[in-house]
Amino acid sequence: MTLSQILALLAPELVLVMAGLVVLGLDLVWREEKKKEWLPYVALAGLVGALAAMVALWGQEAVLFGGIFTADVFALLFKVIAVVSTGLVVLSAIEFMRGRTPYRGEFYSLLIFATLGICFIASSTDLIMIYLTIELLSITSYILTGYSREDPKSNEAAIKYFLYGAVASAAMLYGMSLLYGATGSTNLSQIAIALGQADASLQGIILPAVIFLLAGFGFKIGAVPFHQWAPDAYEGAPTPVTAFLSVGPKAAGFIVLVRVFFVALPSFQPERIILISVISAITMTLGNLVAIWQKNIKRMLAYSSIAQAGYILLGMAVTSNLGMTSMVFYLMTYLFANLGAFIIIIIFSNGGGGDSVEDYAGLSQRSPGLALAMLLFLLSLAGIPPLAGFIGKFYLFTAIMEDGLLWLMVVAVLNSVISLYYYLEVVRQMYILPPKVEEPVPAASRALSGALIMAMIGVLLLGLYPTPLIELIEAAARAFLSG
Amino acid sequence: MALSLYWYLIVAAALFCIGLYGVLSRRNAIGILMGIELMLNAVNINLVAFWRYLTPSVLTGQVFAIFAFTVAAAEAAVGLALVIAIYRSRDTVIVEDVDLMKW
Repeated sequence: MTLSQILALLAPELVLVMAGLVVLGLDLVWREEKKKEWLPYVALAGLVGALAAMVALWGQEAVLFGGIFTADVFALLFKVIAVVSTGLVVLSAIEFMRGRTPYRGEFYSLLIFATLGICFIASSTDLIMIYLTIELLSITSYILTGYSREDPKSNEAAIKYFLYGAVASAAMLYGMSLLYGATGSTNLSQIAIALGQADASLQGIILPAVIFLLAGFGFKIGAVPFHQWAPDAYEGAPTPVTAFLSVGPKAAGFIVLVRVFFVALPSFQPERIILISVISAITMTLGNLVAIWQKNIKRMLAYSSIAQAGYILLGMAVTSNLGMTSMVFYLMTYLFANLGAFIIIIIFSNGGGGDSVEDYAGLSQRSPGLALAMLLFLLSLAGIPPLAGFIGKFYLFTAIMEDGLLWLMVVAVLNSVISLYYYLEVVRQMYILPPKVEEPVPAASRALSGALIMAMIGVLLLGLYPTPLIELIEAAARAFLSG
Repeated sequence: MALSLYWYLIVAAALFCIGLYGVLSRRNAIGILMGIELMLNAVNINLVAFWRYLTPSVLTGQVFAIFAFTVAAAEAAVGLALVIAIYRSRDTVIVEDVDLMKW
């Protein structure tokens, strides 16, 4: 393969590297505050460029650099999720960060580097590469979480996120070293070959290795019992960063989980089904039950996103193509609904509102449009037709039904009912209770409104006309699973 | 007399457990960081021992170990910066006192 072919396959990542460096450089060169206003738009241009490169690469498959980097459509799906979510986060951060930090250039460039981390994770097929890229994402996320240096809550969120994250990644690394020791290779497909030939005595080391690995990946997706960081980090981090953390790193955790289990450990399938279905059931139950008691809306959404990770894990508890398809599709519906809810929170707090659920009382009388949008996103998260979340849940539940995991499906349906309670509590505050303040929430900036409209279009479009996207994902999943 | 691979693995496992115990029992954020470093070094012993005994002709294990401690250094730098940030705002590095957010 020639150098130009390799560079073409790496185009999305290269564009992101350039964009991150350009933002950093311009921040240094542009002295006046007025010019720095353009930095987020430069970052946005980079993200759009990366998205365009991904679309141009669609359908191409190749393995680069001796098997550490795999460019396939399945990875591209996750890269698209990462870039789209970061784009929405950048749009929603412009106004929010303006008054809160003097160092805005680094903020956007760190966001881009974190996205770069996710893009590389999606393509990693070697344990060393997976470790490096996960750390690229983690370290940038720690800094972003603590970005409001003057805010003690942000500091606290960052230190908690960091300590949990560092322990989880040390455990993950220990698991990787055991896997390397058991198979003599760090390449995922070679690990699978070595394990296929291995005698029974080696099987004893695989289970502990997998559990250690799960600690690292479970931390990224926020699965119980590796979820404790999520509520604190979500509550304390600047809200755009919370929005970023709730989507991008989760998507990264899922793709790496899929690659490790399906490429490196296909022989581990019976144990995988038990392990993942139990983790999934516990994750959604705990997330939903604890979310009921939350008073802070960011914290409530943190527990809600833990529960959502439980639903998404359902797709990995089955063996079929449908499971993988519904998992990726659900991740996309979750992206728009969850980011949309966070965008509303950002608009609300830009207008001087607080973060507690009770602050949203009477929002429908103050700003009916905002309340309606929030209603849409919350109902989609709860899985009410005809919104995107319903289609996503429908596919996931069908997938586990087809595999005969009836108990898991009952748990999942019960959980959906529980989750209605706390989503509707916000709706009750907005629509039934009288407002404490009469004035409407100040109008959002153009960038924020744009992000909000995009999220609403996503939630409605994926709910009303999901077929093309599902077919696209299905083709990618089939190609991934067959080889 | 050459030591067998198992001795190295036992040392690494013990080091990992000591590090984990440090993480779980220390109240000082710096102490927790030191525990994490021990866990990472246990991994490095594992990697290099596996390399030496299993695949001495392929350098994967060595390369992995070099990456692991390089990244660990970067991680520690960020971690210490965060500890300094919290010390400036709260005047403490005892993690139990950092409790603005609970449940």
